[in-house]
Amino acid sequence: MAITYTSGEQVEVYRFSIPATVLIPLTAVFLQAWLPLRFPFFSIFDLPLLVTIGFATARRSPLAGLLTGGLIGILQDALTHQFIGLYGISKTVVGFGASSLGIKLDVEHAGARFLLTIFFYVVHKVVYFMIARGLVGLRMEWSWPHEFWSGVANALLGVFVFMLLDRVKQRT
Amino acid sequence: MESVLGRYRNLIVLVGVLFAQVLGLAVQVKRTTDSESTRLIRIWAVGAVTPLEKALVWVQTSSGNVWHNYFYLRGVRAENRSLKQQIERMSLEQVRMSQDADQARRLQALLGFKEQFISQTMAAQVIGSSGSELSRSVYIDKGYNDGIKRDMAVITADGIVGKVLNVYRSTSLVLLINDQTSGVGALLDKTRLQGILRGTPSGEVVIEKVMSDETVPAGEMVLTSGGDGIFPKGLLVGRVTKVSLGSELFLNIRVRPAADLSKLEEVLVVTKIDERQAQPDQTGAARAVDILAERLPTVPPKPENAEKGAAPGAAAPGTVAPTTTGSDAKPKAASPEASASSGAPAARKTAGAGATGSDARKVPPKPENAEKGNTPGTVAPSSPSSDATPKAAPPQASASSGAPAARKAPGATAAAAIKVSPKPVKAAVQPKPQPAVQDSPH
Repeated sequence: MAITYTSGEQVEVYRFSIPATVLIPLTAVFLQAWLPLRFPFFSIFDLPLLVTIGFATARRSPLAGLLTGGLIGILQDALTHQFIGLYGISKTVVGFGASSLGIKLDVEHAGARFLLTIFFYVVHKVVYFMIARGLVGLRMEWSWPHEFWSGVANALLGVFVFMLLDRVKQRT
Repeated sequence: MESVLGRYRNLIVLVGVLFAQVLGLAVQVKRTTDSESTRLIRIWAVGAVTPLEKALVWVQTSSGNVWHNYFYLRGVRAENRSLKQQIERMSLEQVRMSQDADQARRLQALLGFKEQFISQTMAAQVIGSSGSELSRSVYIDKGYNDGIKRDMAVITADGIVGKVLNVYRSTSLVLLINDQTSGVGALLDKTRLQGILRGTPSGEVVIEKVMSDETVPAGEMVLTSGGDGIFPKGLLVGRVTKVSLGSELFLNIRVRPAADLSKLEEVLVVTKIDERQAQPDQTGAARAVDILAERLPTVPPKPENAEKGAAPGAAAPGTVAPTTTGSDAKPKAASPEASASSGAPAARKTAGAGATGSDARKVPPKPENAEKGNTPGTVAPSSPSSDATPKAAPPQASASSGAPAARKAPGATAAAAIKVSPKPVKAAVQPKPQPAVQDSPH
């Protein structure tokens, strides 16, 4: 059952098949858990976040975006020993924001995707930081340079991830 | 009203979803206890992801094994040679360390210490991580089906790694020591200062609660203190890399973990820790003699002509090794064991030459043999250090004192035994203080 959504007149709306909808987030979470063991530098990337942004901007439906983001985030939370909901809330916000922005902007170009990913990476981190520190009481450190350059690295990877997602998305 | 709901439907759903998750978080924060059971959603997530990780690790390991075991064997001969040399070096080192350990055990027994030691471990393979910089934890391929339980210590040969946090059917989550929620009792090796080892949000490891008026040098070794009830005392944690003033009159001591926490592949889960009173390997009487004998002066090597002058068929003067032949050595049997009981430490430490300790224990000294064996250099008959005259020397007593001797030098050669053997002569000559001290260890 493919999910389709209406959109603005000038932007195209895409959908993903059910296998893609299930397997791509699962693969992203799996790779996020497995790759840092072999390549420690990979821990600065957030593949599930990139998939959330990619799905949200392609579908252009805030409702689908927030639900997809929430589910991916909760799955990610479940693999950690932290409270369930930290990534869930952050990715819910990002999914909603990315799909809302995707309605208004053309996010088909690599440059736009690059900037969009940096922006939502920082938003994701800010939301996570606020919840973890304010609500849960975790000790957190914030460093703008670190977050910015991590955002740039994620955006570079995001451009390739979005290109891969373009291959499996279907026009409605 | 309907138009308003329709217009703000997305926002309303967003607020509802966020509210539900915040509520869920609040409930979790409030209910957090150590005995909290694992949530179902975690079980599902782990069940969905870890089989893939296991399969991938299996493929990787199998292909690696095929390559390394069948194709890539370059340099194996050289490696084998160097490993053999290493074993020889380590054997010598082991002899020295076992003597130190024996001494430590005796002292601990005297002081009534209880010691903890790892009695059982289980090897496990690291199959995945949490995937988050804010949750420094890894998954291993052993779960409660394999006997893993919560709060078991996880170590490697290099140092400690962490503790088991969540246990699933065939996997477990291990919290690493560099996670900000972990805590390990730590002890600085030389200064003997104790503190709490914690991770920081950036993944570093620091020791907290050490007063700022203490001096901690960089490079000092950090061990577990055993105070956390998870890690036994004395396991290597890492080394101090930087010391600076922290907050509230405490030092901020940074530690580099001995185990490489970013590249873990195989780990050991400590499944059983025993705690027992330190016990020496010997009986009290034998130990008294032992302690006393170690205070005796050493004897210079015997001249060669003395050995030549020994009667054929009898043990060479002062030799110990011949006794190891056991049944065919009547005159030999008495001398070494009696000498052991008489407290000649050098003879005991090398008595394993060419024979096992059990051999030494199994051969009881015969009085007539002892008398025959009372050639120059043998100790037993003349030793007044214990009650062991040739006739009185009980087999058990001599065995008990002889047993550790064999253990102390399992790899010693017969030649070594011969070199050491003259020592008992002196022991026989200077025995006067021994009876007085004999009871002291009891």
